[in-house]
Amino acid sequence: MASKKKKTTPEQLKYQQLQQKHELKRPVLKNCIKAFFVGGLICMICQAVSFFYIYYFNFTEQTAGNPTVATMVFFSMLLTGFGVYDRLGQFAGAGSAVPVTGFGNAVISAAIEHRTEGLVLGVGGNMFKLAGAVILFGVVSAFFVALIKTLLGVWGVL
Amino acid sequence: MLAMFFWSFVVGGIICVIGQLLFDVAKLTPGHTLSVLVSAGAVLGGLKLYEPLVDFAGAGATIPITSFGNALVQGALKEADLHGIVGVLTGMFEVTSSGISAAIVFGFIGALLFRPKG
Repeated sequence: MASKKKKTTPEQLKYQQLQQKHELKRPVLKNCIKAFFVGGLICMICQAVSFFYIYYFNFTEQTAGNPTVATMVFFSMLLTGFGVYDRLGQFAGAGSAVPVTGFGNAVISAAIEHRTEGLVLGVGGNMFKLAGAVILFGVVSAFFVALIKTLLGVWGVL
Repeated sequence: MLAMFFWSFVVGGIICVIGQLLFDVAKLTPGHTLSVLVSAGAVLGGLKLYEPLVDFAGAGATIPITSFGNALVQGALKEADLHGIVGVLTGMFEVTSSGISAAIVFGFIGALLFRPKG
């Protein structure tokens, strides 16, 4: 009977060592610097957009985030459609994935990719294939955080 | 105003570096990384640590995905103040509606306008 944990033979051990020696090391520092500058630059552009909304449309510093997010998702639609965002993502890694433009890119690229399967089952069914996890865990953790805080408030702990 | 640009650059960059470290060092997939960040944002929002960051860094704090978790908590808490425990559910998307609706609308328009590449 074969047990689930197979004993590694000396040859396998040797192979694993060889593999580890030749495995490409991820250039962590270089990736982080790239992510820092691209992510920072995206946030700086968003800051300019939100100043635009504050000065011309009477939003406050706290509320200017909402129209800014919508604007940036619009721009990420254009960049995704023309194939620019994918190349940016390969260069910047998390620098382009973590800002809200990355969220927009995940939704929009899934929508475009499944267009050929039809509008309802293709676009409708697959739009949130990648971004759904973010919404799910965001909503669930927000629900429990808000629930605990509200209950503590009701019981007079806070 | 210039200071605001500077701090939005720095804070936004730092949050992206945290995401990159989760990619490279913790070897998480992008989906896992973004889920971790959004939950972290919700917890920070509940502890009232995220609002000061928004005042300080502006778009540097509102644009990374962590702000999505924070905004969900803020919306839920605001409604909970008015209507009690039911407000947690009814107010959830109060603040974040723009991001979600923009993503849905522009995603649909994008699917009509563009053809897949490759």
